[in-house]
Amino acid sequence: MHLLVCGGTGCRASASDMLYENLKKEIQEQGLQDEVQVITTGCFGFCEKGPIVKVIPDNTFYVSVEPRDASEIVAEHVIKGRRVERLLYIDPVNKKQIADSKGMGFYKKQIRIALRNCGLIDPENIDEYLAADGYEAMGRVLSEITPEEAIQEMIDSGLRGRGGGGFPTGLKWQIASKVPGDQKYVVCNADEGDPGAFMDRSILEGDPHSVLEAMVINGYCIGATKGLIYIRAEYPLAISRLKIAIDQAREYGLLGKDIVGSGFDFDVEIRYGAGAFVCGEETALIHSMEGERGEPTFKPPFPAQSGYLGKPTNVNNVETLANVPVIYNKGASWFAGIGTEKSTGTKVFALAGKINNVGLIEVPMGITLREVIFEIGGGIKDGKKFRAVQTGGPSGGCLTEKHLDTPIDFDNLLAVGSMMGSGGMIVMDEDDCMVSVAKFYLDFTVEESCGKCSPCRIGNKRLFELLEKITRGQADKEDLDNLRNLSMVIRDTSLCGLGQTSPNPVLSTMDNFMEEYIAHVEEQRCPAGSCKDLIRYEIIPENCVGCTACARNCPVNCIAGERKQLHTIDQSLCIKCGACLEKCKFNAVAII
Amino acid sequence: MTSIKLKLKESEVQQLKEAASSFNNEPGELINVLHKAQEIFGYLPAEVQEVVAQEMNVSVAKVYGVVTFYSFFTMLPKGRYPISICTGTACYVRGAEKVLEEFKRILKVPVGETTPDGKFSITCLRCVGACGLAPVVMVGDKTYGRVTTDGVKDILKEYEDAE
Repeated sequence: MHLLVCGGTGCRASASDMLYENLKKEIQEQGLQDEVQVITTGCFGFCEKGPIVKVIPDNTFYVSVEPRDASEIVAEHVIKGRRVERLLYIDPVNKKQIADSKGMGFYKKQIRIALRNCGLIDPENIDEYLAADGYEAMGRVLSEITPEEAIQEMIDSGLRGRGGGGFPTGLKWQIASKVPGDQKYVVCNADEGDPGAFMDRSILEGDPHSVLEAMVINGYCIGATKGLIYIRAEYPLAISRLKIAIDQAREYGLLGKDIVGSGFDFDVEIRYGAGAFVCGEETALIHSMEGERGEPTFKPPFPAQSGYLGKPTNVNNVETLANVPVIYNKGASWFAGIGTEKSTGTKVFALAGKINNVGLIEVPMGITLREVIFEIGGGIKDGKKFRAVQTGGPSGGCLTEKHLDTPIDFDNLLAVGSMMGSGGMIVMDEDDCMVSVAKFYLDFTVEESCGKCSPCRIGNKRLFELLEKITRGQADKEDLDNLRNLSMVIRDTSLCGLGQTSPNPVLSTMDNFMEEYIAHVEEQRCPAGSCKDLIRYEIIPENCVGCTACARNCPVNCIAGERKQLHTIDQSLCIKCGACLEKCKFNAVAII
Repeated sequence: MTSIKLKLKESEVQQLKEAASSFNNEPGELINVLHKAQEIFGYLPAEVQEVVAQEMNVSVAKVYGVVTFYSFFTMLPKGRYPISICTGTACYVRGAEKVLEEFKRILKVPVGETTPDGKFSITCLRCVGACGLAPVVMVGDKTYGRVTTDGVKDILKEYEDAE
């Protein structure tokens, strides 16, 4: 029997490491250490209900497990074979308990390729990766086929870069392989900067060897002997697991000189990012690795021609690489059979926001947003109404009700004004103001713009100011025209992907939620009731019972009223924090 | 940058020099050396940048350019209990802004600064990847999930009691 305990960042934040220790201790005290193994795994994806414990072989899926639950799990489940019912997952729709993870709506529609080992193996133990067919693809590619054949397989699979651009991976490898060079480099882009996306981190934490294996194959294909992993310094757990994986792979002769007796040398080094969103752009990333400011440069020359230290370089994203070993193991045609014609395979999405099942999911391309949000995601939190879903992070757009049945793939998302991006998917409900959401993303872009080209540096700042004017109710119709025109200019004239896509949140919300912009401008009204300058909190006399809860919780003491008397809010002092609304049990506070 | 020179501890400067030479004083390793320097000194004041520039054989302007480019590097000292509020999108839509306001209100310092007693500093960060727990606050290495405005004073109290 195996007890798998999630050791991802999310679950660790809820004390899963202590839970692991407790389970281990209990098992030892019962003298069961030979029969029952307690294993820390990578992320199960179901972060909403962490920490997760899964029992193998019966697939029991325990949610929200606390360290003190360890003794009960061991005493009841392990020893007596009875499931601990109170820790089982309850379906948010039909309120039924579900014991087996296979029966959960969250997992039903998922196909896990890039995440195949996350939550299944111990990421700090190379033997477990080897037992899961690990390094088999690498062994076969290195000893049985030529680089040309290996590249062809990648082209046939139709795999496209999962970092955002969607460039065909095989083609990228082919270009680099044909450029002559004494030294070439393979770079893994693990600088996940999209706020709200955490798939790369989860893969590195849960299955670091799959990325290393793919890098060796990539190196063999293009003739590179050096690999570099550029990772955010903010991901300490991923870094430490990666270091362990590199050491183990070297020890087993799977990295280093003459790998598996093939005569091919390849080794990997880690480089640390220091927090700059623009470094997701490959030329910026390369400059950062060279110790410079991470500013992008014009392409061509492409990194495949002249990259790190001026040498031919392939930059691939973590999720892209995690797909690679499986493609060689199961064949290009198998992979191409999943997904849609032009976007093959699966995509990992970080599902977050106002949704019941927050977490990491992997679904076949072509699935609809409706299936993702309402079946896998379990619908909107607190029974509220769906308003929008934001895909593609700061470079993407907000999609609405009418896009729910659009099959998700690279091209379809672009066609409706958003993009795949790295796979962030933030769901918003009726309380979210779309103008404020656009402003939130622009605030991010303004901060993260590297400042090299003026459209992005100055233009985005002006966009932000216009949005601020709108959310304050001080804008007129001309400002709306300016907002759109300036967005177009920034899109068309910026140097790199960051600037070219930064107006997307503005343009997509203008396209899909124009009525909200108009309400802000013409009526000085925020329909979602979230723009502070356009709302006020009022006490409804009929409902107020004078319980004093609002007055006691008001941080600026602007609510007056005696016990059992009607209370009133002094609007001149109110900071609109909403504490009174949260505290009132009688629905006597309203946003006007 | 201030005109008053900060006196760096000789032992720490020595540590930094060793770190730089462990990277062969190679200008291409500047970011790695700055990571080490921040580990040693806690932040990167002008005086530390000068030592780095000298060791790496690059101009101080270049070091300053790199330090100010990346959000991970800071030129201001952090508090003994550095508070980071995640303002990634998932946390934003689940109320991170209100939590941030509450920290600012109670501690009476703006983002990026430290309380006069040197105890707490407030910074914002973009996504720690614990979106299932949004909104998320980190104090040092400890992560707090599903933080509410009410929960803010409880978090602070934990550290006030610790001293």
